[in-house]
Amino acid sequence: MILSFNDVGYTYHTKDGETNAIEHMSFGIKRGDFVALIGPSGCGKTTILSLIAGLLKPSYGKIERENAEFGYMLQRDALFPWRTVEANIFLPLEVKKRNTPEMRDNALRLAEKYGLKDFLKKKPTELSGGMRQRVALIRTLAAQPDILLLDEPFSALDYQTRLKVCDDVQSIIKSEQKTAILVTHDMSEAIALSDKVIVLSSRPATVVAEHVIDFGDNTPKSRRECPEFSQTFEILRSELGL
Amino acid sequence: MKNANYSKEHILYLKKKRRKAVFINLARAGLLVAVLGIWELLAQLKVIDAFITSSPSRVCITIADLYKNGTLFSHIGITLLETLIGFLIAVVLGYSIAVLLYMSDAVRKVFEPYIVVLNSLPKIALGPLIIIWIGTGYTSIIFMTVLVAIIVCIMNTLTGFLSVDKTKLTLMKAMGASKQAILFKLIIPASLPSLINTLKVAVGLAWIGSIMGEYVASRAGLGYLIVYGGQVFKLDLVMTSTFILCILAGGMYGIITLIEKKLTK
Repeated sequence: MILSFNDVGYTYHTKDGETNAIEHMSFGIKRGDFVALIGPSGCGKTTILSLIAGLLKPSYGKIERENAEFGYMLQRDALFPWRTVEANIFLPLEVKKRNTPEMRDNALRLAEKYGLKDFLKKKPTELSGGMRQRVALIRTLAAQPDILLLDEPFSALDYQTRLKVCDDVQSIIKSEQKTAILVTHDMSEAIALSDKVIVLSSRPATVVAEHVIDFGDNTPKSRRECPEFSQTFEILRSELGL
Repeated sequence: MKNANYSKEHILYLKKKRRKAVFINLARAGLLVAVLGIWELLAQLKVIDAFITSSPSRVCITIADLYKNGTLFSHIGITLLETLIGFLIAVVLGYSIAVLLYMSDAVRKVFEPYIVVLNSLPKIALGPLIIIWIGTGYTSIIFMTVLVAIIVCIMNTLTGFLSVDKTKLTLMKAMGASKQAILFKLIIPASLPSLINTLKVAVGLAWIGSIMGEYVASRAGLGYLIVYGGQVFKLDLVMTSTFILCILAGGMYGIITLIEKKLTK
């Protein structure tokens, strides 16, 4: 297990009171897995990612992680408009003080491999939404993280771009053999992308069910074409209480 | 211009656009010429009393006189220097204070009410104090300039810092960025447009500060000329100084617009 939650809970404190965001949550993630956490809107998915990344400390329970680096990919690409695409990709290297020629070369190799070569000197505003999200992914990969945390990375895109970027991101992550944790409220996205879907309840969030997804040939497109796709979709729907 | 590739329609569109720009520039210049012309004409025809209203030709004569007795550039120089120094101190100091306030939530909350009160205080009320504490030299005028401009510098810059996109902030934190890294890699570059806006506002305020300072205590400068001209009823002098001020203030604003173009290119 590269990461495991053992009976973890988290409570938010604000002036107006306290909110139980997560209760008695346990699950494990193996190296190389692509796991989707799916739950109703506002169930505390982003809180879980923050706990995983260590930005928040659990109120109780234990989070065990192997010595692993995290890379965060957000809902919006959050590219810095004053930097070129290349400089955006180098940002995590600068921030983590690992801005060595080898790391830069490696980042550039990734950028070239995934079709950003001609855009390196451009500003993000000159790129399409799908392309920007790809830059955001390469930026995340540049620091060579072991685990990618994807916080609804496609939700700001229009439907057609979304299908494309979805395939894009999945194939890049698979070919780089990264562990990835995707949080989403989109059931078809979860089924199409991941090896394992963890279904969460509404707040306070806890694990309702886990499904291993192994039909199709591991591309989102083939998954969507399988008859099991709609069956799994129905199962998730009922578990989410929709 | 790669005119060859454009359709006829597009060339026509470009032409129209250019014609409009030319028209606007001509109209701008025309308006100035018309106002000055009517002013001069009314004065020449003695419809208005040029002793009280002055006139463009009298302004020109006054400028020539000041130039001849060698004080024109010293008056301009003094006021310009006071304004520039005051402006620079206000901007640099204001920016630094804003950074400090940004870095600590607690410090910001402690100082916020005082800054707001200082902002609404008419700074001229402090005139007598400044004279007694600092004297009547250039230093007190520069001090007044800083006083007038700095609060807005702090508040505008801080607002710029605080309105930086939260998603980008989360991203930096998720990368494990230190406070310094967040400041230098995100906050400062992201708030550049707000800095330029602050500069624009601060230029205007610096002029207010320096002229106000010269009203309160001075022996030279354009503000001094205006006060002196008013006291001895030499309204030509008042109009001339005001006219020169217009040009200087416009020029400084123009320089900042140039800097803006350079930085945001």
